[in-house]
Amino acid sequence: MLIIDCPYCGPRPELEFAHGGQAHVVRPADPAAASDDDWLQYLYLRDNTRGVFAERWRHARGCGRFFNALRDTTTDQFLATYRAGEQPPAVPRDRP
Amino acid sequence: MSRFRTTRGGRIDRSRPVRFRFDGRDYEGFAGDTLAAALLASGVHLLGRSFKYHRPRGILAAGAEEPNALVTVVRDAARRTPNLRATQIEVYEGLVAESQNRWPSLALDVGAVNGLFAAFLPAGFYNKTFMWPRSAWHALYEPRIRAAAGLGVAPGLPDPDRYAQRYAHCDVLVVGAGPAGLAAAAGAASAGARVILCDEQHEFGGSLLAERGATIDAMAAADWIVAQHAALASNPRVTLLPRTTAFGYFPHNNVGLCERITDHLARPPAALPRERLWQVRAREVIFATGAIERPLVFPGNDRPGVMLASAARSYLNRYGVQVGSRAVVLAGSDAAYAAALDLAAGGVAIALIADVREPGRAQGPAATAARDAGLAVETSMTALGTSGRRRVSGVHLGRVGNDGSIRPAASLRCDVLLMSGGYTPSVHLHSQSRGKLEFDAAFGAFVPGTAAERTRCAGGVRATHTLGAALEDGAAAGVAAALAATGHAAAAHRYAARLPEARLEGTPGALPQPAGAVPPAKAFVDFQNDVTTRDLALARREGFESIEHIKRYTTTGMATDQGKTSGLNALGFVAAESERRIPEVGLTTYRMPYTPVTFGSFAGVARGELFDPLRKTPSHDWVVAQGGVFEDVGQWKRTRYFPLGGESLRAAVDRECLAVRQHVGMFDASTLGKIEVVGRDAATFLNRLYVNNWSTLAPGRARYGILLRDDGFVYDDGVVARLAEDRFHVTTTTGGAARVFGMMEDYIQTEWTDLSVWITSTTEQWAVIALQGPRARDVLAGLVSGVDLSPAALPHMAVAHGRICGVPMMLFRVSFSGELGFEINVPADYGAETWAAIHAAGQAHRITPYGTEAMHVLRAEKGYIIVGQDTDGTMTPDDAGVAWAIGKAKSDFVGKRGLARAALRRPDRKQLVGLATVDPGVVLEEGAQVVATPGQAVPLQMIGHVTSSYHSPVLGRSIALAAIVGGRARTGQTLYVPMPGADIPVQVTPPVFYDRDGARLNA
Repeated sequence: MLIIDCPYCGPRPELEFAHGGQAHVVRPADPAAASDDDWLQYLYLRDNTRGVFAERWRHARGCGRFFNALRDTTTDQFLATYRAGEQPPAVPRDRP
Repeated sequence: MSRFRTTRGGRIDRSRPVRFRFDGRDYEGFAGDTLAAALLASGVHLLGRSFKYHRPRGILAAGAEEPNALVTVVRDAARRTPNLRATQIEVYEGLVAESQNRWPSLALDVGAVNGLFAAFLPAGFYNKTFMWPRSAWHALYEPRIRAAAGLGVAPGLPDPDRYAQRYAHCDVLVVGAGPAGLAAAAGAASAGARVILCDEQHEFGGSLLAERGATIDAMAAADWIVAQHAALASNPRVTLLPRTTAFGYFPHNNVGLCERITDHLARPPAALPRERLWQVRAREVIFATGAIERPLVFPGNDRPGVMLASAARSYLNRYGVQVGSRAVVLAGSDAAYAAALDLAAGGVAIALIADVREPGRAQGPAATAARDAGLAVETSMTALGTSGRRRVSGVHLGRVGNDGSIRPAASLRCDVLLMSGGYTPSVHLHSQSRGKLEFDAAFGAFVPGTAAERTRCAGGVRATHTLGAALEDGAAAGVAAALAATGHAAAAHRYAARLPEARLEGTPGALPQPAGAVPPAKAFVDFQNDVTTRDLALARREGFESIEHIKRYTTTGMATDQGKTSGLNALGFVAAESERRIPEVGLTTYRMPYTPVTFGSFAGVARGELFDPLRKTPSHDWVVAQGGVFEDVGQWKRTRYFPLGGESLRAAVDRECLAVRQHVGMFDASTLGKIEVVGRDAATFLNRLYVNNWSTLAPGRARYGILLRDDGFVYDDGVVARLAEDRFHVTTTTGGAARVFGMMEDYIQTEWTDLSVWITSTTEQWAVIALQGPRARDVLAGLVSGVDLSPAALPHMAVAHGRICGVPMMLFRVSFSGELGFEINVPADYGAETWAAIHAAGQAHRITPYGTEAMHVLRAEKGYIIVGQDTDGTMTPDDAGVAWAIGKAKSDFVGKRGLARAALRRPDRKQLVGLATVDPGVVLEEGAQVVATPGQAVPLQMIGHVTSSYHSPVLGRSIALAAIVGGRARTGQTLYVPMPGADIPVQVTPPVFYDRDGARLNA
């Protein structure tokens, strides 16, 4: 079970959290103006990154807050967690 | 009886004899014995029959790696634990154990004919033979194979024992309490770290428990263990867990431990759980898991009496048991010499030490000591076969010439054949943690490489050769782990250890056999799954090169022992056959559990009623008293129907439905999801989220709301009431409450952070009693105060506050039945008494409680959809016939852009319509497919499916809702529902079957 560092509560076990998919997927500001391709991209197409991946988590059985995390999908190590709306922090490329 | 018991020595308590029973015979052992030790003391070697060939099998090992001696321990009919290793079962007074996989008896096993037909049971036999006909697999092959080739039998009764679970945190978890583990725990504790030390055995000491003559810090090893244990036990920051197996490593230093609490007790106290599952979260983990001796692979190496040299040594030194009278020792590593020396000193005749290595490699200090002690040693030997039936009686040796040729050398009589093929480090947990493994060619095994998590290995698992090295390694790991975990440094204790060095390296694989000759017997690589060198060779001939494929094809390493004794020999054999190096062949994945774990300890208290949280509505106890029938809806218990006087489901539902249509019914709707949306921007928020226009909804009024996902498909629905300008009461489906709440939070927190709005789940705060029927107002009138119930003051879809029976009430004029209806919301704690009061007051009006079944019929008669039943995640509001709810003037809402996609606007989408069977007595099957023409050949051209179907008592006929391609345009057409035997003709109708103009609703 992973330990996830909630930016609001601190490190907690994975079972308190719900995974929320890829982070930084922006809903078009004016959906009516979005092309079918743009909307398709927003609705369905997600990255499947091998390596550092920005993803959403919700501390569903804790504070209830959504936040973002950088997780290395090859090692399951969390490199950083940060609040929703913030840009991902820089992390060293060669971090284990 | 115990004629193989020595007169003194060992760690058993000779003052405490214990009697036990094995396969119906009584035996005696001592406290401190394992079942294997006590049986060996009585000369019993035959303990089981093998998995596939039913060959007689004995005890190979002395610990967790035992592949053969699996037994069932029986306490009573419900307490039968199969597949326990006799080498780990502590004997207690009255212990009853049974051998497995034999019939009618262990000595005479009918299934052993499998052995005679062994030539027909090669690798992949099951895959090849039982493929056809497919239908025979479940009926014929599988049951027979399971009966013939199997392990123990699971008990047929529920497990009556209790199992505890706990979480624990520590700075340093040390797995294994051998010399390295004890030194590591002491080192970490000396730095002030919080330490947990666990070991699978009942006493700490690991390999030291089987040593004679070792000293540490000028103390005998046994005394050192006592001192070390006492020091750790007196440290309040150290938790000691004997009888505790670390069975699995999970990410981020989460280690699963299974503590056996009562299995060793003759009379387990009722207050104690049988086992305790620990989920330890450690800052640092030290694997001091030691190493396991490997068997040698040669024809006939599975006979009872053929055992690991280290096991024979352990039985003698630890348990005071001679494993036989006359031993031949096959030495593939120096460890065999240490065993031969000890056994010779312990009164066992050593016929010969046959070293399978060439003279140059058989020169270690142990070999020298054996020669000095006068033991006969031959080098360059190999074993060609064994004799004996239920016990080994002799071994046929060969000599390997300089040119590699093999000639028969001698046939020696013996009643025990000891072997040592070298040691395999127990890297299981390290590997489970995704730590790298490196092949140590000199040692002949994989050793831990780089760690992937905050773990380190110490001692034998790192192939240390001497006791001093193991202690030093452990102490260093302990202080390093403590420093990493706590920042506190300590100096590693320098141990002064004395123990004759026994080099543990060996060469995995099979012993050489004469070229071209057909071996006289099978050479077993995997004892538990009966995998031989022939099977591995066959797999290679059939084209399997990857060890992962060979493993699955031959099942080597796939038994409950996880290939502890077989894995590396299989690799060595395949490598030699394919002229590759072992690391080139690869390595199979180590998986948890290290040794089997009971289901009970995983389940813990989560059984029966506690398996899943149970949610009860306020009327629950009342319904129980009335004999109502419940159904599970998610975690909720909802009343399905109220049978009166032995009524059938159909009769009860008909009666309940008619009561609502003619008089009045009451229904517990408390499970509805309820979310209060509050704030300056509450209306804006709901406008963006739901399809409806909430700006035009006045306080005190309610509206049917539809929630889509951004793809345009219906996600949830429910009545939304505006309680005030800035306050909405949103209801959701019973099953959708949590996910709708989560979706709202998601948009509030991450998408529309500009809005000032808060949401609160109030599902459990309100009891909701639905009162439906023409006389609903009459029932209410006598109970409520502060509310004008007249149609003018409280029309359909209005909300008012008042009191009912003096209790604060929020009253909704809503209907899910099509009748005049109210939903009475009271604080949940008043729900039960309000329910009872309404029922009592309603007697004068023939009030009838009804359940979900009637509720479904009533709503279907009105064509009201149930999201998730009539919709399936691919239906738009238009498909479901509720597009009228969409606020047309809104520039955006969740799903609006999705609905604009071309595919969602096609006219041939499935639309919800009504179906009326031509024969009114036929009730369609929900889920049944619909076709346009009868008598079609397969494959049928399906144009839709039935989503809801009931008998409607008020209409006196069946009704159904269905999703049909272009359905609304088909109104009036006859379609067909193909069922076994006949195509049922149905007519397409509008989805509303009853009171189409809504006169009753607005009464």
